[in-house]
Amino acid sequence: MAEDQWLTYRERETSDDDFDRDLHTEHQILNMGPSHPATHGTVKFLIELDGESIVDLDIQVGYLHRGFEKECESGSWYQCIPYTDRLNYNSAILANLGFCLGVEKLLGLETPERCQWQRVMGSELSRLADHLTRCGAACLELAAMTPFLYGIQARELTWDLTEALCGARVTTNYIRIGGVKHDMPAGFPEQCRDHIARIRELLKDFDAVITANRIFIDRMRGTGVLDKERLIAFGVTGPLLRAAGVPLDVRKDEPYLTYAELDFDVPVGEVGDNYDRYLVCVEEMHQSLRIIEQCLERLEKLGPGPVNVLDPRVRWPAKGRVFNHMEELIQQFKAVTEGPMVPAGEAYSVVESANGELGFYLVSDGSAVPVKVRCRPPSLLNLQPMPEMLKGCLLADIIPTFDFVNMIGGECDR
Amino acid sequence: MPWDVVAKSLFILVVAVAALAPVVTWVERKQSAVMQDRIGANRADLFGIRLLGLLHPAADVLKLIFKEDVVPIGANRVMHLVAPLIAAVAAIISFAVIPYGATYQFGDSTVNLVAADIDWGLLYIFAVGSLAAYGTILAGWASNSNWSLLGGIRASAQMISYEVTMGLSVVGVFMVFGTLKLTDMAFAQDATFRLLGFLEVFGVVDHLPRWLAWIQLPMWGVFLQPLGFIMFLTAIMAENKRPPFDIPEGESEIVAGYHTEYSGMRFGLFFMAEFIEVIVIAGLMTAIFLGGWSIPYLPQERIIGALEPLFGSGMANLLCMVAHVSTFLLKVVFMIWFQMVLRWTQPRFRYDQMMDLCWKILLPLSIANAFVTGTIILLVRSYGS
Repeated sequence: MAEDQWLTYRERETSDDDFDRDLHTEHQILNMGPSHPATHGTVKFLIELDGESIVDLDIQVGYLHRGFEKECESGSWYQCIPYTDRLNYNSAILANLGFCLGVEKLLGLETPERCQWQRVMGSELSRLADHLTRCGAACLELAAMTPFLYGIQARELTWDLTEALCGARVTTNYIRIGGVKHDMPAGFPEQCRDHIARIRELLKDFDAVITANRIFIDRMRGTGVLDKERLIAFGVTGPLLRAAGVPLDVRKDEPYLTYAELDFDVPVGEVGDNYDRYLVCVEEMHQSLRIIEQCLERLEKLGPGPVNVLDPRVRWPAKGRVFNHMEELIQQFKAVTEGPMVPAGEAYSVVESANGELGFYLVSDGSAVPVKVRCRPPSLLNLQPMPEMLKGCLLADIIPTFDFVNMIGGECDR
Repeated sequence: MPWDVVAKSLFILVVAVAALAPVVTWVERKQSAVMQDRIGANRADLFGIRLLGLLHPAADVLKLIFKEDVVPIGANRVMHLVAPLIAAVAAIISFAVIPYGATYQFGDSTVNLVAADIDWGLLYIFAVGSLAAYGTILAGWASNSNWSLLGGIRASAQMISYEVTMGLSVVGVFMVFGTLKLTDMAFAQDATFRLLGFLEVFGVVDHLPRWLAWIQLPMWGVFLQPLGFIMFLTAIMAENKRPPFDIPEGESEIVAGYHTEYSGMRFGLFFMAEFIEVIVIAGLMTAIFLGGWSIPYLPQERIIGALEPLFGSGMANLLCMVAHVSTFLLKVVFMIWFQMVLRWTQPRFRYDQMMDLCWKILLPLSIANAFVTGTIILLVRSYGS
């Protein structure tokens, strides 16, 4: 059939011949969010729809802006850590870690080995909770509520472990400058192994219900695709980029803490659609469980030891000495009222958070108050390519794509 | 005569609508809870009595009745009011043609357990189903909301498309039973047939092992038309707009679709219509495919024949009636359970994928099914004994 038989859209619109002219239709402008079940009050999509297909999509963020970076400039370095808890409600430990690693870089501290293993364990628990929420919520928003609740049950177990580590389930404030809040409790390895077994059971159930489900595959396969060159151009990191086939993982590429000694794989996808993202996340959960088991093994082999740097700049002196010696009393007084004095300079620390590369750029002028705390939020950068992923797709494709982009309001808007 | 119609309609209203529909909401909560490792509804209590959460449906209805009834600015007030009524009424009156028992002889009078014993019973179901579509579409259109409109458009496309498939997928059943009348279908299913009987046409039955050749199955639609069963169930579930076909109300995409702007008991009517339709679907599937009220391998004559010498004719008929109605209810409960299992394990389709399923898979298959059924019937009639 000859090409010129077919009129272009524009030609049909303006044609004089009634037979050629299309029925006049208008695009519909739709405000999706911020109060919409899929956007959770944190983001707004301004969608131009042609029927149900997306012609244009504009993402408007900032509904959860709380001035995290500015707030940090008004407190001591220690007082920033609880703020980092509030960046991502699923994986507070990862944000704690990113910030503390940066401060330690400025201070030039090297944390004890026992502390490092526990930090790795804590961050993997966080990653697990984050991925469980992401995969579960994606199922929920595709109306499969049963796997969501399996995922949430498993997340509760990871939060049980977090609670055992630091006493809090969500806003952990676990990782401190130069160490962790305290050593893991006695009996933690047993509890942890028991919970890991139960999480594995739940992941198996989850997998059995949803992974091979034909409707689920149809909804996920081929939706939200974007090639890796575009993703890299947008600065996307984390599972989103790995699903497109780029094995970029800070834990492997620039190992921090003890990740270099650990045996784990970085799963990558092929196409970069939502189904690949799902599979990558599920595999990463299994890898996290492996890492936690290795950490437990190493911690048991290591035996008891300090979990904090014995550096007077960041540690309080022992209480017995504070009560009896002038110097320690003054030191305690300064530590409480001012907090640690961090040498002048700047540092960029980076951790592989569940969403991708979570970075903190810190500037100090030598005082007890940060001059600049800049967070590189993976959520914001991952959100950017969404219009490109979705143009020409259907309205319903926003849901799985947005779920696997996993925009966390607190982290994105800061 | 009208008195027995009134009595039968009342029976349907009391058993199916008033008693079963709220219980189905409870079943849905409890069953999903069992499937999801939860406890489920158990909080509503009356003087400390909780009854496993069975009071929740009552509490729900009370809450919905006392809620403020909001009509959005710019909505068409009349249509906004009428739409839920159409949906609920269409769901309730579908029951009329579903037989829940056979015909029983009490002295001179004959009792026929169906509210409206009409010759075109199944067509009536289709007609009423099309009416239900109006409720949804009007609700979407009258609400003056983008989400409602999108939901209404989705619903109209979905319900009209699936009506075609729904009709064609039971053509095979019409041919097998030779009737559109649901009572006749139920009677026809109160018998057995030899599974491989149709092979007699080809004269191969004699070569088969004897036991295999003489396997008897109840003459249920599901055994005669297995493909028709699956297709009809799919189509009618899509017609009801429950997950996995709840595209018109896909809450993560279009908020709540056509009933976004409904509150109070108007929303409650949509909700009720959905649950009543679950029961209608269960009843219809039972009547067409699962033998209706019939007890497998025990035809009505045999039951009454066995009971008559013991209890006399009237009592025997009554006992048989009780047995049949309980069997029917049992099958209905099974079908409700089955729908719930599907509802709680499947994700939602996407709009275009569901249309593909309808037009590209179910429609050709149902035509092929009708063709193959016709061929076999023709062969058996022409060459069979």
